[in-house]
Amino acid sequence: MISTMTHKFFSNRWALALLLLTLPLMLQNVGHAWVRIADMSLLYVLLALGLNIVVGYAGLLDLGYVAFFAVGAYLYALLASPHLTDVFPWISVMFPDGLHLSLWLVLPMAAGLAGLFGVLLGAPTLKLRGDYLAIVTLGFGEIIRVFLNNLDQPVNITNGPKGLGQIDAVTVVGYPLSKQLDLGFIQLPSVTLYYYLFLTLVVVSVVVCHRLEYSRIGRAWMAIREDEIAAKAMGLNTRNLKLMAFGMGATFGGLSGAMFAAFQGFVSPESFSLMESVMIVAMVVLGGLGHLPGVILGAVLLAALPEALRYVAGPLQSMTDGRLNAAILRQLLIALAMITIMLWRPRGLWPTPEHGKSLNPQGGAR
Amino acid sequence: MDVLLQQVINGLVLGSMYALVALGYTMVYGIINLINFAHGEVLMIGALCSWSIIGFLQPLMPDTPGWVLLIISMVLASIAAAALNYAIEKIAYRPLRNAPKLAPLITAIGMSILLQTLAMIVWKPNYKPFPSLLPTTPFEIGEAVITPTQLMILGLTAVALAVLSWLVNRTKLGRAMRATAENPQVASLMGVKPDVVISATFVIGAVLATIAGVMWAMNYGTAHHVMGFLPGLKAFTAAVFGGIGNLGGAVVGGLLLGLIESIGSGYLGEITGGVLGSHYTDILAFIVLIVTLTLRPSGLLGERVADRA
Repeated sequence: MISTMTHKFFSNRWALALLLLTLPLMLQNVGHAWVRIADMSLLYVLLALGLNIVVGYAGLLDLGYVAFFAVGAYLYALLASPHLTDVFPWISVMFPDGLHLSLWLVLPMAAGLAGLFGVLLGAPTLKLRGDYLAIVTLGFGEIIRVFLNNLDQPVNITNGPKGLGQIDAVTVVGYPLSKQLDLGFIQLPSVTLYYYLFLTLVVVSVVVCHRLEYSRIGRAWMAIREDEIAAKAMGLNTRNLKLMAFGMGATFGGLSGAMFAAFQGFVSPESFSLMESVMIVAMVVLGGLGHLPGVILGAVLLAALPEALRYVAGPLQSMTDGRLNAAILRQLLIALAMITIMLWRPRGLWPTPEHGKSLNPQGGAR
Repeated sequence: MDVLLQQVINGLVLGSMYALVALGYTMVYGIINLINFAHGEVLMIGALCSWSIIGFLQPLMPDTPGWVLLIISMVLASIAAAALNYAIEKIAYRPLRNAPKLAPLITAIGMSILLQTLAMIVWKPNYKPFPSLLPTTPFEIGEAVITPTQLMILGLTAVALAVLSWLVNRTKLGRAMRATAENPQVASLMGVKPDVVISATFVIGAVLATIAGVMWAMNYGTAHHVMGFLPGLKAFTAAVFGGIGNLGGAVVGGLLLGLIESIGSGYLGEITGGVLGSHYTDILAFIVLIVTLTLRPSGLLGERVADRA
C-alpha cells in the first residue's frame, strides 16, 4: 500500500519535472512572448513564496511587499548600468570601463539590503495589531516608490519616473543569457535560458521554504500566527521571530528584484506600485495561505492567465469597437477571479489540509 | 498673502473631505472588522454619477441656479452609491463573514478593481471636467482667500458630521450600531438584527463617500475613474491615524492629516533647504502615521484593546 503510494508520488514528481523542463521548448515554437509569460510567472512565484513566509507562516499582513522587490531591482540596476558613471564623474574615474558588477555579486547584496529593510520596517511595527500593520506596510511601500520617483533631484540617483535602462544581462559561467544558445540540435533563445535560470531559483526556494516550514522556526511562526499570546507563554521570543519573518520574506523580494532588473534590462517606479503588492498578496491568499503548492498555483494563475488572455482578446476588442481592450479585459478577469474564487473557496484554491484546526472560528491570519 | 493661514484653510478643506471618507472606513471596520478597500471606488462612482446627472440636467433646465443642480445630483448620486455599497456588502462580504480573515479583504480588493474597470468601460478613461456650479469669486479672510466651493465643503462636512453624530448617539439605529460593534452575538440576543445594522452602516458610509466625492471633484475640477484611489488611501490612513473603529478619531485623524499635508507641502521645501520638494507630501503623511503608531499603537483616540487570548 505504502510502496504504491510512494511510487505514484515519485512518478508524478518526475512527470512534473519533465513538463517543467520541456515547457519552454514547446512554448518557444509558438512565440517568444509565451516563454516570457512563463518567465514572469516564475518571478511571481518567487515573490509569492517570499510573501508567504510573512503572511502565510507568521500571519503578518504585509501590503508593501513590492518595496523589497524594488530595492533589489534598483540595487542591481544602479550597479550594472551606465547611469551612475554617467552622473558621477568620480565613479567613472574609479571604474573606467563602466560599472558592471556581476549579478552573482549583487545578489547577496540585494538579499542583505532587502532583508535589512525588512527588519527596519518590522522593528517599529512589532507592537501593532493586524490591520494597523497592513496600513504601515502599505505606507512603507508608497514611501519607497515616491523616493524612487523623486530622487532625480537634487542629485540624480534613480533617474526619477524615466527609470534606469541598459542594465546588464545575467552571465552564467561567462555566457551572457541575452544571447541565443545554439546547442546544435536545438536553439535556445534568451527567454528560454532565463526560464531555466528562474526555474532553478524557484526549485531552490521551494526547498528552502519547505525546510523552513517544518523547522523549529517555521513551527514557531505558525504558533505566533495562531495565537501570539499562547506562543509567548510557551517561551517563544516572538519579537525576534517576527523580525526574522520580515527579514526572510524581504530577502526573497530582493533576490527576485535583482533578477527582474537583469531580465528586463530596464526598471522604473511604475513596476513597483501598490497594485503590484496587492496582486502578490492576492496570489498568496487565492492559492492557499501558508501552503506551498497552493501559493505556487495562485502565483501562476494570477500572473500567467491574464497575460495569456492579452493575446486571445483581440477579436473581442474589434467586436466592441475598442471599448473592451485586452488590458481592460485582463483587469476585469482578475477582479472577477479574486471575488468568485474567494466566495467559492474562502481558504484558497489549494489550502493546507485541515489538521489541528484552530479553536477560534475566525482563525487564520490576524 | 498670508501663507500659513492659506495653508490652514486648504488643510481644513482637504481634511474635512478625508474625514468624511474615513468615517465610512471606520464605521465598517468597527462593526465587521474589515478594511473595505472598495470604499474609495464608491466615492468615485458617486462623483461620476453626479457628473452624469449634472450633464443630463444642465441642458434640460438652463435657468436653475448651480446649487440646486448640485443638490439634486448629490442626492441622486448618493442613492446610487448607497445601492451599490449595499449590493457590494451583500454579494462580496456577507457570505464570508465567518471565513478566514483575509478572504473578505481579497474580495474587497477584487471589488475595487472591478468597479474601477467597470467605471472605465462605462465612463471612458478620459478626465472629465467637473462643472463649477458655484460662483468662483473667492472671499477674503485677512490675507488669505477661500472659494465658495471650499466654504461649502466646510459647511457640508459640519452638517454631515452633526447628522451622523445625532444618528449614532440619539436614534435606535445608532444604538443598535454601537451594540453590534461592541459584541454582535450579544446584540443579536437583545433583538438587534446584525444584518440590517451592517447594511445600514454600508449605506451611510456610501452617502458620506458620495458627498466627499462630489466635493472632491468640484474642488479639483475633474472626475475620472481612478479618482477614488488617493482619497481612499489617505482616508484609510486618517482612520488608522485617529484610531480605527472610533468615529471621533476618524474626524480628528482626517482633519489633522489634511492640515499636516497642506502645511507640509507649503513648507517642506523651505525647511529642508530645497532637498525635499512638495512631491514628498504623500510620504509626510505616512511618516507621521508610522511615528504615531509606534508611540500609540492603536491610533490617537483608539482604546487599547487587550488581545483576546
